[in-house]
Amino acid sequence: MTVESLVFFFLAAFAVTTAVLMVVQRSPLVSAIYLIANFFALAALYLLLRAQLLAVLQIVVYTGAIMVLVVFVIMLLNLEEEGRVRTRIAIRTWITVVLAAGFLSEIVYVFFVAGTPAEGTTISAGAESLGTVESMGEALFGKFLLPFEITSLLLLTAILGAVVLAKRKG
Amino acid sequence: MMPRLLTGYAVLFPLLGFLFNGLIGRKIRNEGIIAAIGCAAVGAGFVVACMSFFSMLGLPPEQRTLSVDLFPWIVAGGFRADVAFQLDQLSVVMMLIVTGVGFLIHVYSAGYMRGDPAFWRFFAYLNLFIFSMLTLILADNFLLMFLGWEGVGLCSYLLIGFWYDRKFEKGTTGDAAKKAFIVNRIGDFGFLTGMFLIYVTFGSLRFQTVFTQAATMTVGTPVVLWITLALFLGATGKSAQIPLFVWLPDAMAGPTPVSALIHAATMVTAGVYMVARCSVLYALAPVSMGIVASVGAATAFFAATVGLVQNDIKKVLAYSTISQLGYMFLALGVGAFSAGIFHVMTHAFFKALLFLGSGAVIHAMHDEQDIRRMGGLGKSLPVTYRTFLVGAIAIAGIPPFSGFFSKDEILWDAFSHGSWVLWLAGFAGAGLTALYMFRLVALTFQGEPRWDKGVHPHEAPATMTIPLLVLALLSALGGFAGIPQSLGGGNAFEQWLEPVFAPAGEKLAFAATHGNVAEYVLMGLSVAVALAGWYVARIWYLRRKEIPGLLVRRLPNTYRVLLNKYYVDELYDGAVVRPALSGSELLLWKGIDVNVIDRAVNGAAQSTAAAGRVLRLIQTGVVRNYVLVFLAGVVLMMGWLLAK
Amino acid sequence: MEIPLSYYLCLSVVLFVVGVAGVLTRRNAIVVFMCIELMLNSVNLTLIAFSSFLGSITGQALVFFAMAVAAAEAAVGLAIVIAIYRNKRTVDIDKINILKW
Repeated sequence: MTVESLVFFFLAAFAVTTAVLMVVQRSPLVSAIYLIANFFALAALYLLLRAQLLAVLQIVVYTGAIMVLVVFVIMLLNLEEEGRVRTRIAIRTWITVVLAAGFLSEIVYVFFVAGTPAEGTTISAGAESLGTVESMGEALFGKFLLPFEITSLLLLTAILGAVVLAKRKG
Repeated sequence: MMPRLLTGYAVLFPLLGFLFNGLIGRKIRNEGIIAAIGCAAVGAGFVVACMSFFSMLGLPPEQRTLSVDLFPWIVAGGFRADVAFQLDQLSVVMMLIVTGVGFLIHVYSAGYMRGDPAFWRFFAYLNLFIFSMLTLILADNFLLMFLGWEGVGLCSYLLIGFWYDRKFEKGTTGDAAKKAFIVNRIGDFGFLTGMFLIYVTFGSLRFQTVFTQAATMTVGTPVVLWITLALFLGATGKSAQIPLFVWLPDAMAGPTPVSALIHAATMVTAGVYMVARCSVLYALAPVSMGIVASVGAATAFFAATVGLVQNDIKKVLAYSTISQLGYMFLALGVGAFSAGIFHVMTHAFFKALLFLGSGAVIHAMHDEQDIRRMGGLGKSLPVTYRTFLVGAIAIAGIPPFSGFFSKDEILWDAFSHGSWVLWLAGFAGAGLTALYMFRLVALTFQGEPRWDKGVHPHEAPATMTIPLLVLALLSALGGFAGIPQSLGGGNAFEQWLEPVFAPAGEKLAFAATHGNVAEYVLMGLSVAVALAGWYVARIWYLRRKEIPGLLVRRLPNTYRVLLNKYYVDELYDGAVVRPALSGSELLLWKGIDVNVIDRAVNGAAQSTAAAGRVLRLIQTGVVRNYVLVFLAGVVLMMGWLLAK
Repeated sequence: MEIPLSYYLCLSVVLFVVGVAGVLTRRNAIVVFMCIELMLNSVNLTLIAFSSFLGSITGQALVFFAMAVAAAEAAVGLAIVIAIYRNKRTVDIDKINILKW
C-alpha cells in the first residue's frame, strides 16, 4: 500500500461516513455541518486526482457560498427538528431501500464484474498539468467560451429569480 | 434569335399589367392611367406577336418551330415539366388573334367600363386573362398548357361574376360564374385524365416528345382513343360543346367586353386549339375523330335552332357562338384542322365585332338587353349599325366577307372527308345562322322603335367605335387570307399551317379534292341558303310581322322546347345538380360528417378526458412518490441495459 | 499501488446512493436539497476522475459549469423554500401536496 492509496481509503471512508450521518441526522443544521465536512473530503479527493483548481473551487463555491446560504436559510426559518419516524415504517421506505440496493449493485456490477477499461488503471501522464488554473483558463476562455458566457446569463437569471421569489409580496 | 427572347416578353407584359393594376390600381383614382397600362400591356404583346410573325416569315417553313426554355418548373424523379414556350405557325396565329383582338377589346373596355367603381379590377382581370391565354397557346408541354387552361377558366369565373351583386335570371351573376366554373371543372377532369394517360403512355408531357412518338404509332391504337376522348371532354367543357355547353349562355352575365373577349373570341376557342395541337393523336383514333365531328355538327345545328327564338341580344350571340364553335369542331373532326383554325380566326373577328356592337347597343339603351324593346336603332347608332351589319353578313357566310371562306371550307371538307349527314347539319345550321342573325339585326336596328319615350339612344364614344370599325374591316377582309384553290386563291392560311398538321395529314392521307364540280355546287348552295335566311328574316321581321306569331301558334310545342333550350338546364338540374346537392346534404353532411367524422373527433376528445379522469389519480402530489418512481425507472432501465 | 478508476467510480456511486436514500426518506425540504447537492457532487467526482484518467480537460470544464449551475440552483431553490415557508408555515414536503389533481 502506497501513501496515496492510504490517503484515498481514508478520504473515501470519511466521505461515506459524513454522507450517511448527514442523511440520518434529524436536525437540519447538523446535517448541513456533516455535508460541509463531506465536501472537504471531496475537495481533497479532487486534489488526489490532480484537479487543483476544482479542489479550490469546491471549497470556495460549495462550502463557502452554497452551504453558507443553506445554513443561513435554516437559521432564518428557525426550523425545528423533524418529528420522530412514525410508529411503523412506511412501505415507501422499504421500497426505497430495495431500489437503492438494486441501483448500487447494478453499478458495482458494471465496474467490478463487467470489467474496467485499460485506461482506468493509472492516472494519465498529463494529468498533473491538466487541472492547473492555466490550462483550465485556456479551456474556459477558448474552447468553452460560449458556454462560459452563457453561464453568466444563467447566474444573472438565477439572481433575479431568487429576488422575485423571496421578496415579500406587498 | 429575336423571337426566342421576344416570346417571353409577350407573356410577361400582360402579367406586369395585371400586377400593376391588381396591386396598386385601387390607389390610382385616374381611370386613364389604368386603362392606358392595361391596353399598353396587351398592345406590347401584339407588337411582339407581329414581330415574331414577320421574323418567322423570313425563315424557311421547316425552321419556323422555335423552343424557348425559360426555367425548369417541376423536377421530381423522372418527371419533368418546364416553363417553356413553343413558337410555331399555329401558336403564332393564335397569338396574333389573342393579342390583336384582345387589344381592341381592351381599348373598347376603356369606354364601356367608364365610371365603374371597380375599373382597376376589370383591367387587372383582363390582363391576367391575356397572360393565361398566351401561356395556354405558347406552352410547349401539356402541364403548362393546363396552367393556362385553368388560368383562363379562373379569369372567366372572375369576370362573369364581375358585378357579383347584380341580379341575373334566377340568381345573381355569382351563380352564373359558379356554373361556368363547375361545368368547366367537369371538362378539366377529362383534360387531366388525358394528361395522365399521355404521361403513362409516352413518359413525357412535352408536345414534341409526345407527338414524335405518336407519329410512329399505328392508326387505331386503343390507348390513343382513350387519350383523345378524355382530351375532347376537356375541349367540350372549355369550348361549350354538347354536352357541356350549358355554362356559356349564362356567362353572358359578365360585362359585354368580357363576353366578346373570353366567351366569343379567345377562351372558348382554347378547346379547338388544343384538339388542333393534338392533331396527330386524333389522326390515330378515327373513332374520336368521328365523335368530334358528330358533336360539332350536332352542336352547330341545335345551338342555331335555340338562337332563333331568344330575345336577349347577348343570348342570341351566345348560342351563335356555341353554334360556330360546333363548326370548328366539325372541321377538326373531319381532319380539316387548318380550316378549323381559320374559322377560329374569322370567328374571332366577327363575333368580337358583334358582341362589342351589342355592347354599344346595351350602353346606348341603358342596360336594356331585350330586343323586343329595341328596333329602329340604326338611325341613332349609325356606326354601330353598319359595323354590326358587316359582322352579320360575315357570320352568315355571304361572300366575299370572311365567314364565307372559313365556313364554306368547313362544309366542303365535311362533305368530302366526312359524310353528307355532317354536311347537311352544317348546311342547315348555316341557313339558321343567317336567319337568326338578320332577325337580330332587323329587331334591333331596323323597323319601328319600340322603346320608351324617355330613352334617348346615343352613339358610343370613339374608344368604343374605333375598335368596332377595325373589327368590321377585319371581318370583311379577313377571309382573303384563305381563298381556296377552287376560287383561284392559294389558300395561304392553309399553307402557312401545313407543317404543323403534316404529321396528322400523313396518317389521314386524304386525296386532293379541290377543283371538283361538287365543290362549286355546294358553295353555291351554301351562299343560296345564307341569302335565303337573310330574305326570310326581312320578310318575317320587317314586312309581314304576323308570320312569326302565326308560326308560334301553329307549333306551340316546338316553340316552347326551343325557348327553353331543349330543357337541357332542367335535365341537368334534375339528373345531376339536385342529386348531388341532396346527396351532399343527407349522406355526406348529416350522415358521414355528423355521425362518423364528428363522432370520431368528439370521441377522441371524450376518451382522452375519460382516461385522464382515471390516470390523474396517480398524481398524488407527494414529491417523494415521484422521485421513487423516477428511481425505479432508472433501476429498471439500467437492469435492462445490463441484461442485454 | 495506484488507485484504479473504478475505485473512484465506486465511491461516487456510494455517495450517490446515499444521496438518493436521503431524498427519499427525509421530509425536510432543505435536507432534501442538501441530499441533491450530495448527488451532484458525486457526479462531479465521476467527471473529474474520468478527466484525469483519460487526460481530457472537458470533464473538468463540465464540473466547472455544474458548479455554476448548482450555485444558481441553490439560489433559486432556497428562494422557493422561503416562499413556500412564508405561505404554508412548513417545509415538510409531505405536507406540500398542492401539485395534486
